[in-house]
Amino acid sequence: MNTLGTIQILLFFVIILALTKPLGLYMKRVFDGERTFLSPILRPIELLFLRVCGVKEDDDQPWTSYAIAMLIFSVAGMLFTYAALRLQGFAPAFLNPQKYGGDQMTPHLAFDTAASFTTNTNWQSYSPEAAINYWSNMVALAIHNWMSAATGLAIAIAMVRGFARKSAKGIGNFWVDTIRGTLYVLLPLSIIAGVAMIASGVPQNFTAPMAVKGLEGAAQTLALGPVASQEVIKMLGTNGGGFFNANSAHPFENPNNFCNLLQIILIFSIPAALTYTFGKMVGNVKQGWAVFGAMSAMFLVGAFVANSAEQGGTDLLTKAHVMTQATATQPGGNMEGKEVRFGIGASTLFATITTDASCGAVNSMHDSYTPIGGLVPMFNILTGEVIFGGVGAGLYGMLMFAVIAVFIAGLMVGRTPEYLGKKIEKFEVQMAMLATLILAASVLGFAALSANTNYATTTDPKASDMYATVNLDPKKQQADIDKLPGNASWNALPNSAYGNPTDTYYGSTRNNLNNNGAHGFSEILYAYASATGNNGSAFAGITANTPHYNVTLALAMLIGRFLMIIPLLAIAGSMARKKIVPMSSGTFPTDTTTFAALLIGVVIIVNVLTYFPALALGPIVEHYQMKELKTQ
Amino acid sequence: MKHLRPAIILTLLFVIFTGFGFPAVMYGIGRIPGLKDKADGSLITKDGQVIGSSLIGQNFTKPEYFHPRPSAAGNGYDANNSSGTNLGPTNDKLVNGIHKKLPDGKDDPGNFDGIVDLAKAYRTENGLAADADVPSDAVTRSASGLDPHISPANAYIQADRVAKARKKSVDEVKKLIDDNTDPRFLGVFGDPAVNVLKLNLALDAAK
Repeated sequence: MNTLGTIQILLFFVIILALTKPLGLYMKRVFDGERTFLSPILRPIELLFLRVCGVKEDDDQPWTSYAIAMLIFSVAGMLFTYAALRLQGFAPAFLNPQKYGGDQMTPHLAFDTAASFTTNTNWQSYSPEAAINYWSNMVALAIHNWMSAATGLAIAIAMVRGFARKSAKGIGNFWVDTIRGTLYVLLPLSIIAGVAMIASGVPQNFTAPMAVKGLEGAAQTLALGPVASQEVIKMLGTNGGGFFNANSAHPFENPNNFCNLLQIILIFSIPAALTYTFGKMVGNVKQGWAVFGAMSAMFLVGAFVANSAEQGGTDLLTKAHVMTQATATQPGGNMEGKEVRFGIGASTLFATITTDASCGAVNSMHDSYTPIGGLVPMFNILTGEVIFGGVGAGLYGMLMFAVIAVFIAGLMVGRTPEYLGKKIEKFEVQMAMLATLILAASVLGFAALSANTNYATTTDPKASDMYATVNLDPKKQQADIDKLPGNASWNALPNSAYGNPTDTYYGSTRNNLNNNGAHGFSEILYAYASATGNNGSAFAGITANTPHYNVTLALAMLIGRFLMIIPLLAIAGSMARKKIVPMSSGTFPTDTTTFAALLIGVVIIVNVLTYFPALALGPIVEHYQMKELKTQ
Repeated sequence: MKHLRPAIILTLLFVIFTGFGFPAVMYGIGRIPGLKDKADGSLITKDGQVIGSSLIGQNFTKPEYFHPRPSAAGNGYDANNSSGTNLGPTNDKLVNGIHKKLPDGKDDPGNFDGIVDLAKAYRTENGLAADADVPSDAVTRSASGLDPHISPANAYIQADRVAKARKKSVDEVKKLIDDNTDPRFLGVFGDPAVNVLKLNLALDAAK
């Protein structure tokens, strides 16, 4: 822990605290259909959108209809993106200066990427500079940064309406909520922050990658493009998919500490403010602050732990006589995979925030973090992304835990479980537990699968998990490929599409890893935690651009998004129908610090303990190996 | 299916307004004088030729220039191939490196300098004692592989070598380091960082 690191964490938290009420109040007015100061400009656009979509503003949907609308909208967007990626080669020349096409976006990669952006995950199995052009970045992918964020907002508001309404059939209209969220919330903030980003140095142009001769004479090719317009919504919508491979660590995506601060504020602003919107809509702002408090406590603990772990460096660095103590002129700590301008403090703060919220942008490489420093992001994702969480997704995830918390409190003290004046009954608890268990099964099931699968590249049983590189020289190609067993292509990287002479057939799914031993297992576990939690960050050493990983990751993302939303909308629908029961001495109050503490306990017990054995095999064992100066 | 029409039309509206419209508006705003240079990528020109971007690190190996951090982007500072090493803290490759010879005596293309190797090379290059502590940024690879900065401590250590190669006083070089150091934002956020390309340009200009 260092002083400046602590001050950065606390100052950032104060800024978020200050934004929560005004932005939360504004969103409440937007989703309740009240007039706002932007209505004179935006209301006509909103009405136009509703008219061309053929949607009636007062058409109140029951939860089933709301869920179907959300699903069809997601399917439409996902199909569009799949097609747009596969056909990227047909984009006009100014949007395709790199001349990339469907070869770089293979069917399994396009499926994975379409699922990834539709579900607000933004996991990227590819390196953007080598695989996608400006068309794909702007049109195929960035539209989901808006659509999936607006969808998340809508679902959260629908869930809140479920608690706020009494004896009601409907929970709002999905189309109206999505359009309002985009026009009134995402758009104005994006314009302001987008201009600020350009002013701080984020490029916005359509220039082709530029070959230059450096000062000392070394050749360099500068990748450019319309970065700012994507960068801003990537943060505000908690999407996280980078324009460049290095994401927000790339100096063009995140040139300085003003921009970095702006980015982390954008990540947390909407998820934090939604807690106030929630409190206001259910008629008791203290309910919202209780949720905010639980989230804040978990955020602050994570931020301090990550900071002190990375500032401490590793025993191996100390042994190599590398300065790990920070001084006024150098950052110290573990600087592998970190940028000098961010140092330890701004890197670990970003890492904590991006994994608390389901953003997944990174300004440092989590794969190179110390074992405990890397455990914090993983832990944050495994809470189910409820520490502020994604836009909308954080609030509805936390409300799911609130349902479980009041149920457990009811069992412990023998009181009838009630939340916000509504009785919590069998159906709600079943749905909440269903969502929790599906997510855990997805993370652990897929991780176990990828830790133990082998697509043999040879018929020799002794060498069955070897990987093979196949030269694509036309003279040699056919003979080499013929030697491979049929299923070897399931774990093959089409390297030749990205300018390399050979394709790689990995064989065992463990051969895709960049690290051995415990850290290698962490790469697999992190991948499926990130996909299921719709985070999108990675222990990025893993080579996931093979059919096996692309397909399983895409499934994990779809499960994590939709099999969580549907049970939650069912809860919302069921709650909306219920009558209000008057407060009695038997009611467990949910607007208190006690409740916030209980909520934290439930999140940790229900979710994180599920994963403890898996974490013990990854970062925890690696920590003790590091202490004994062991390398793998 | 009454949901089909809004689903398809709204998707198209998103394509038009957020896929094309928003980037186009931002592009337009980026043409405003004052923002234009930044929107174009903060390019630096010398003698009419673009020699790089002030935001993107580039490689320097001559003793009279300040050297950037080691890089994992392509073969080093490949600005079309940003990447960190993604090696974990206990990875033997990261710490001790890989040093193999091919049967014909050449170095294996998979060879890699570990932190121990980088520290040794850094000490030799700058005339430090064999067990001298080195700044952590000098021997680790950045997240992007394009880090334009080094820490002030790293620059001060290199100042002696640069001053000697350029036959300048160390104080003069140190002043240029301070001139090209980006401070913390608001005195708190991030870390002070020396822009290597700008510093080297300033050195050349001071001739």
